[in-house]
Amino acid sequence: MAVEVSGKKVLKDIDLYIDEGETHVLLGPNGSGKSTLFMTILGFPKYKVTNGEILFKGENITDLNTTERVKKGVGVSFQNPPAIRGVRLMDLLKVESGQKPDDEELSPEMLELAYKMKLDENFLDRDVNLGFSGGEVKRSEILQLLAQKPDFIMFDEPDSGVDIENVELLAEEINILLDKDKKPGLRKNSGLLITHLGYILNFVNADTAHVLMDGRIACSGNPSEIIEDIRKEGFKGCVQCCGIH
Amino acid sequence: MLRDTLGKAEKAKEKKALYGEDIDLEKFIKEEAGEHEQVTKANEVPKKVQDTLLKVGVDPNESERSGTFIQVDQTGVCSTCGSESVEIMGMNVALEKYNWLKDYMWKSVAPDTDKYTAQTALREANEGPSGYFIRSLPGSKEVFPLQACMFIGDEKVMQTAHNVIIAEENSELHIITGCATGEDVSSALHVGVSEFYLKKGAKITFTMVHNWAEQVDVRPRTGIMVGDDSTYISNYILTSPVRSIQSYPTAYCTGTNSKVLFQSILGGQKDSVLDMGSRVLLEGEGSKAEMISRAVSKDQSQIYSRGHLAGRTQNVKGHLECHGLVLSDDSMIYAVPELEGSSTELEMSHEAAVGKIAEEEVLYLTSRGLTEEEAASMIVRGFLSMDITGLPPELASETKRMLDASLQGM
Ligand SMILES: Nc1ncnc2c1ncn2[C@@H]1O[C@H](COP(=O)(O)OP(=O)(O)O)[C@@H](O)[C@H]1O
Ligand SMILES: [Mg+2]
Repeated sequence: MAVEVSGKKVLKDIDLYIDEGETHVLLGPNGSGKSTLFMTILGFPKYKVTNGEILFKGENITDLNTTERVKKGVGVSFQNPPAIRGVRLMDLLKVESGQKPDDEELSPEMLELAYKMKLDENFLDRDVNLGFSGGEVKRSEILQLLAQKPDFIMFDEPDSGVDIENVELLAEEINILLDKDKKPGLRKNSGLLITHLGYILNFVNADTAHVLMDGRIACSGNPSEIIEDIRKEGFKGCVQCCGIH
Repeated sequence: MLRDTLGKAEKAKEKKALYGEDIDLEKFIKEEAGEHEQVTKANEVPKKVQDTLLKVGVDPNESERSGTFIQVDQTGVCSTCGSESVEIMGMNVALEKYNWLKDYMWKSVAPDTDKYTAQTALREANEGPSGYFIRSLPGSKEVFPLQACMFIGDEKVMQTAHNVIIAEENSELHIITGCATGEDVSSALHVGVSEFYLKKGAKITFTMVHNWAEQVDVRPRTGIMVGDDSTYISNYILTSPVRSIQSYPTAYCTGTNSKVLFQSILGGQKDSVLDMGSRVLLEGEGSKAEMISRAVSKDQSQIYSRGHLAGRTQNVKGHLECHGLVLSDDSMIYAVPELEGSSTELEMSHEAAVGKIAEEEVLYLTSRGLTEEEAASMIVRGFLSMDITGLPPELASETKRMLDASLQGM
């Protein structure tokens, strides 16, 4: 697949297959196109697929809009989601969990999940992402995914701006979202985890890692080996010796 | 009525208002008072009227209300009061009861302001008083609000009302007013003159929901006299279509340390022309004012959001804020914030922003499964559902419900 953003060719030749129940990691330096791939799969209008197609559960979704893709089971956690004045996190959670918008209260299950994410009722009453700290943004994103229960989830830098203690908390829920509590053969949900540092991989097991460089997947293989390489040799070095993997 | 008032009104009969389309008063019927039946309780008014009242926050069962006044067309049909702290009654009754009341009439709104005030004054003189009188007794604090409703029940009616609201020293008064039209009314004119007087240390909150029919013209005229250490808070909500409304209430902060807060929520739909302003003259040492408005224009609507803040003495402070969202290419929002400083020690500021819905916010919501339309509507409702401040907790939650209900239609 090739993708253009505002007339600029950002992704050149992407070939990626994620099987049911698998979690893949997407690594790569800043500006390599990780978020572009994320937005393209999500179907944001600015990201134009100029070549190739996107298949989801075997169906071509290249021409579907974001809402339609999400309704089919795609879910996302944004790196920097926008704040929306007057729209409370609670209002969103109601819609996402399938409650009626005029229900006064959030369901007990949702409240319990929120509590687990260390987001109390006062917090749920706040305007979504308005003045949230880095960690709160990510916890709110994950909580919304827990409400939505998607089949395929993309996380864009879920650990950036989050303190170490909370990375573990986020990882725990990401593992649940990706069926990591089940035996490999029984996992249904799949994921694409974008990270440029890989810290969260200490807590989330991925099946495969890919390195994105200059709009191409330059290298794919075993996550811990690739990360080890990147730590030692940097992205360039890793990609150069990629043939080994 | 004082001869002077009448003379002024007579001269201003043809005087066009400064803002808003000029309305031909001859097109409307001057129905007399007494055309509608009197009732002793609010829930005895016809069922059709009751349903409409609820929409504008007026509860026919009067639960958690300290009293009610309902005017249908030109007739005060109901006035009840269940509190010792406050009074509410028709102006006709009040003028018989209190000899001094006439001294409050036409003191904060001039009868010759324009043809609408003139018309109200002339009808008052020729046909008798209409509108309501509300007063809180000195030192009293009634937590339950009074409710008043101006209802237009008949086609082509010109409804005029002259209301006087007095908060005596150190009293606290909460009022909910709703204005609405009957289902079978398509065109009508409403002119309501309201005069507020806040004595030393008094507080009034005045929460108003308008729900007119699509062909109704509305010309309220309001003056507020704010005394020493007193606070006036106005909350205004209009989200349903109306032919035209033009209003520019003026608060005179002549008292030292007096405070005024105007909060308005405007939703323009269909061909509505909403010309809504608020003006505060800070003339008392240490007085403060804040005016906050949120406006959303849809369809072919036009919204003028005006604000005028004048600092005329030392140590006064004021802020004017107007945020607008333009939702259609055929609609318009015109924000006119004006600041006038004529003293050295003052602090006045304004903030106005008019724009479209942020695409990024819409996309964020679509990535949660909402359609673009659902996302836009959620953002608009969020934008308009500003936190209305200054109300006691019970009234705040009631107002939130009223606001939510008004926003359903946006
Ligand atoms: N809206 C845009 N308009 C133009 N260029 C863009 C836009 N979004 C991203 N790019 C460019 O695409 C490249 C990849 O960006 P991005 O996908 O955000 O990388 P990453 O997430 O890996 O840091 C960068 O060179 C960036 O400048
Ligand atoms: Mg990125």
